[in-house]
Amino acid sequence: MSTPKTLYQKHIDSHTVCELDDQGHVLLYIDRQVANEYTSPQAFSGLREAGRKVWRPSATLCVVDHVNPTAPDRIADMPDAGGALQVNYFEQNCRDFGIELFDVLDKRQGIEHVVAPEQGFILPGMMVAAGDSHTTTYGALGAFGFGIGTSEIEHLLATQTLVYKRLKTMRVTVEGEPGRGLVSKDIIMELIRQIGAAGATGYAIEFTGPAISALSIEARMTICNMAVEAGARGAFMAPDDKVYAYLQDKPRAPKGAQWLAAVEQWKTLFTDPGASFDKEVHMHVADLQPMVTWGTSPDQAASITGVVPDPMQESDLILRQDLQRALRYMDLQPGAALEGIRISHAFIGSCTNARIEDLRDAARVVSGRKVAAGVRAMIVPGSTMVRDQAEAEGIAKIFRDAGFEWRQSGCSMCLAMNDDVLSPGDRCASSTNRNFEGRQGAGARTHLMSPAMVAAAAVTGHLVDVRSLALEA
Amino acid sequence: MEPFKYVEGYAAPMLAANVDTDVIMPKQFLKGIDRSGLDRGVFFDLRFLLDGTPNPEFVLNQDPWNTSTFLVVGPNFGCGSSREHAVWGLKQLGIRALIGTTFAGIFYDNCQRNGVLTIQLAPAELKELGQVVSERGSSCIAIDLEAQHILLVDGRAIEFKIDALRKQALMLGLDAIGTTLQRSDEIRAFEARHLESNPWLV
Repeated sequence: MSTPKTLYQKHIDSHTVCELDDQGHVLLYIDRQVANEYTSPQAFSGLREAGRKVWRPSATLCVVDHVNPTAPDRIADMPDAGGALQVNYFEQNCRDFGIELFDVLDKRQGIEHVVAPEQGFILPGMMVAAGDSHTTTYGALGAFGFGIGTSEIEHLLATQTLVYKRLKTMRVTVEGEPGRGLVSKDIIMELIRQIGAAGATGYAIEFTGPAISALSIEARMTICNMAVEAGARGAFMAPDDKVYAYLQDKPRAPKGAQWLAAVEQWKTLFTDPGASFDKEVHMHVADLQPMVTWGTSPDQAASITGVVPDPMQESDLILRQDLQRALRYMDLQPGAALEGIRISHAFIGSCTNARIEDLRDAARVVSGRKVAAGVRAMIVPGSTMVRDQAEAEGIAKIFRDAGFEWRQSGCSMCLAMNDDVLSPGDRCASSTNRNFEGRQGAGARTHLMSPAMVAAAAVTGHLVDVRSLALEA
Repeated sequence: MEPFKYVEGYAAPMLAANVDTDVIMPKQFLKGIDRSGLDRGVFFDLRFLLDGTPNPEFVLNQDPWNTSTFLVVGPNFGCGSSREHAVWGLKQLGIRALIGTTFAGIFYDNCQRNGVLTIQLAPAELKELGQVVSERGSSCIAIDLEAQHILLVDGRAIEFKIDALRKQALMLGLDAIGTTLQRSDEIRAFEARHLESNPWLV
């Protein structure tokens, strides 16, 4: 009998063109790539300068998402010179190299990591790399996705491969049934808090356990998406019947006999009993509380019922200085209750939490309420298709009636590369993934949380436990 | 790419944990289609005051660290966004190597692809090196990649490990794509088998 293998080992083995040394370096074949307008230009320029072709143009899908405005009225032209330059060059590159493009007016446009799954472009067993750190999202479909830089995009376009070093493996087993009002965002935020922002650096995470199985595919995407905030280079879950049901009617999923053959093969994608991991983490989520961040790193988080920590209780001098700096930036006092911190902005968007289920969750909180005075609240759907669906379901009307801005799709204020930028001193409840200094605008303060928690903050004007608000059934 | 063999220079201590690529290269410097002009953006909000003048409190604005060739950094340096602009900017600022305990994965690969050496030391060694380079008189160091050690002014040498594959690429300044394309036949053969047994990938 052969040695039991982890799912990660199976994935790497099945995509290894050849071993490059005895230190774990392989030439890794990549099945799919998604590209955006801001990390790809220099890669295409590199190909042009060297006179190289794209190895397999059909393996790449290009989507405009990072720099486009999200104002309700869509226009093809970018309003700023930098954005226009990037979008025009992106279109030119797609034309010249024969790559499919979803431009800003395309009905399928949206954030790349929302668009690719909803098109069925990502399937179980695939190896996916893309010039964006949140490529880990695809792990929810049983694919292995990881982020790469621009030099690697160029390498991938030219060769369909990457020079890759095998990662260590970590299994995160999640057990227990989360209470009412708790969602997958709370699970991943708690994991990051527990193991730290570098807790999974150098590892590929496999999530497993009954609490993962119980989640919808979209909820699983949130977990894999944010695993990179714990340092994981990739994170995934063995595919199951929910994955197949999610994919079956997607435009690019295989059909007919090919679908049946694919599913048979996907059913072999699991960690063999007895396979060993370099690290095991166990989480119990029965007592989990809604999570919020109070600092400037995603691991600086606590439950909404908690307080801002006291840096003086940290004995390591450098860590204490980091905490003091974070609290100074966030303008928070040690010991202050998290519930009650007043906000100026509420943002629901991003590849982490702007899918239809996220919007439904938020709408249940918002229904029958109004955005609090002094709060600017924005909804930026994860894709144009999500936006259209929310319109059809009546969710958009709930948000509009409550005073939310109902906007077009894009990365928007998650990283504020377009014109959705906060001002110094603004404080935002955000369904996004990073609370870094200046992430949503220089001097602006970000509190990460689930979409329902953002909605609750928007209607009360402060951070609040969503469970204390009566919800629409 | 400029080969890395033996490089001398000042090393600046930046020992905070989790310095992310948003801080290394803020969003307003990401709107180009080439690699130029990114030296200005490096640590922009830390290096410059609101009126655009250099922040005297920031280490890279202080003599002799304003001419640094190396950074001695805290854990998980380069976390967050995949933006390679962070590495292009550091390189344009004259940074040839980063010495830390752990680096974020994408950033680490980006450094390698741009000929910027990343050295990983044990936490205790890094802490000591951080103290050494925080003193003006001992902040000049040398990195000998061939011998795999860092030389301090007092004559001490700190050994470091590096994969042979990475070391060779840095020392020769290799073009990674050109090297891989030498294996085109192997890639083509693999691809044909792979797509035949997984026809839905085509």
